[in-house]
Amino acid sequence: MPIEVKNLTHCYSEGNALKTVALNDVSFTVEDGEFLGIIGHTGSGKSTLVQHLNGLLKPSSGQILIDGEDLNAEKTDRRALRQRIGLVFQYPEYQLFEETVEKDIAFGPKSMKLPEAEIEERVSWALECVHLDRETVGKKSPFELSGGQMRRVAIAGVLAMKPSVLILDEPSAGLDPMGRDAILTMVEELHARDHITILMVSHSMDDMARLATRLLVMSEGKIAAVGTPREIFSQPELLSSIGLDVPEAARLCARLRQEGYDLPADLYRPEELKEHLLRLFGERKEGAGC
Amino acid sequence: MLSNITLGQYYPVDSRVHRLDPRTKLILSIVFIVAVFLAKTWVGYGLLFAFIVLAARLSNVPLKMLFRGLKPLKWILIITFLLNLFFTPGDTVWVSFWVIRITKEAFFQALFYSLRLVFLVIGTSLLTLTTSPVALADAMEILLSPLKVIHFPAHELAMMMTIALRFVPTLLEEADKIMKAQMARGADFESGNLITRAKAMVPLLVPLFVSAFRRASDLAMAMESRCYHGGEGRTRLRVLKFTRNDGIACLVVAALVALLILEGILL
Repeated sequence: MPIEVKNLTHCYSEGNALKTVALNDVSFTVEDGEFLGIIGHTGSGKSTLVQHLNGLLKPSSGQILIDGEDLNAEKTDRRALRQRIGLVFQYPEYQLFEETVEKDIAFGPKSMKLPEAEIEERVSWALECVHLDRETVGKKSPFELSGGQMRRVAIAGVLAMKPSVLILDEPSAGLDPMGRDAILTMVEELHARDHITILMVSHSMDDMARLATRLLVMSEGKIAAVGTPREIFSQPELLSSIGLDVPEAARLCARLRQEGYDLPADLYRPEELKEHLLRLFGERKEGAGC
Repeated sequence: MLSNITLGQYYPVDSRVHRLDPRTKLILSIVFIVAVFLAKTWVGYGLLFAFIVLAARLSNVPLKMLFRGLKPLKWILIITFLLNLFFTPGDTVWVSFWVIRITKEAFFQALFYSLRLVFLVIGTSLLTLTTSPVALADAMEILLSPLKVIHFPAHELAMMMTIALRFVPTLLEEADKIMKAQMARGADFESGNLITRAKAMVPLLVPLFVSAFRRASDLAMAMESRCYHGGEGRTRLRVLKFTRNDGIACLVVAALVALLILEGILL
């Protein structure tokens, strides 16, 4: 189910003194099975963009085609489309409302009017996806859980609709390192194992380096660059000019190159940097041995 | 979705009216309301109209914004006009057929009563369009502070108003966000009968209440940690000051009232 965004423009408070252009002529395509990372400074239009992909905002101009179908056309069933494109908002734990975790997760499938048995199964599956044990947390109130657990329950609530595209708006914001790692591992699994197309907004370049297959860089409502992480992260000047950074590993690599070490310019993952470094120092040792 | 709800309708531009002391504007608005009821004849309504035009021109607020306040009142206006038109007794008959009888006196009374409503709404809209809610609460606190003698909690009242107003946009934004999040999960807020719709509000209201309570306790903590202990001995960052413009505004309104009283005596 490819998503095609064509010349999308969005203005808030159109026609009065507070008018702001949040998105300005944005076009791109999301292919099946990819992991598209969306990065950008605060206020660059990322959150506005992802809400459009779910049909929650109406574009001021431009189109969004999902499987060739115009999302904002009169006859389009937006509710049905929303079930195929799951959107997890920033701080999704604030949307929990039911008495128990299970009931909350069942809210999505229930509004899809699925049979009871199917709902049960989906709740179990969704809880499994987010690494929560149904026995221990299933009957608890979502408000008793820790922040990280609440967030996972909220994500499970979206997963229970079995979307083929999952959009996550800063899923790891405000969590401790362990909670963050749990969320990211979970997202990684959903992409690799369940073949869900993922769009993820994040401020963390390291998370992006770990997960994304393609990156979309936003700046002031426009797309500043699109490309593989390797292409994007090898342009630190571009990133820093719009207030972003490169991943830790890329920064270390650049620093080492400055010091005269012979490393490729486009390394950005910790593992590949480690390999190159081992090789480099291994060669040296051999050289010294001679 | 919720963007069409305007509670604080402050229109943020700079103008002479915006710069007036909020106390002046508040008092003058009250005086204006009284003045509207003093007008009896064409001359009086003409004066009020001239005053509104002058104030609106000086305020740099677009006419569209001013008239927006009238929209919800359109039925009341129409009904007021028609009731007065048909049921006011009078001598000079203009139109008469079947049970309908329109007299000159009735027509003018209908027109005046409707105009009175329009003037009241536009006049008070001008106050809220040119004064931020926080400035209004400040003005209210100072104007009510003499009542402290009889243990009237002027400061607490103003503080509560300020906090409530401060959180209206925050909570609206939050409601909008939660609504969208639940819609993304398949919630349907727009269709069904009254009971299904009321039920559909639960996924919106529960998270909203939870977050309102969380915000309230956070705010209380933050205020206490900055040594807030009520109004006793509290100074302000922005001290309200009367300027020459305030004097001029008062004079203009005083002249308006004087003329209206004169009109009542002479005509």
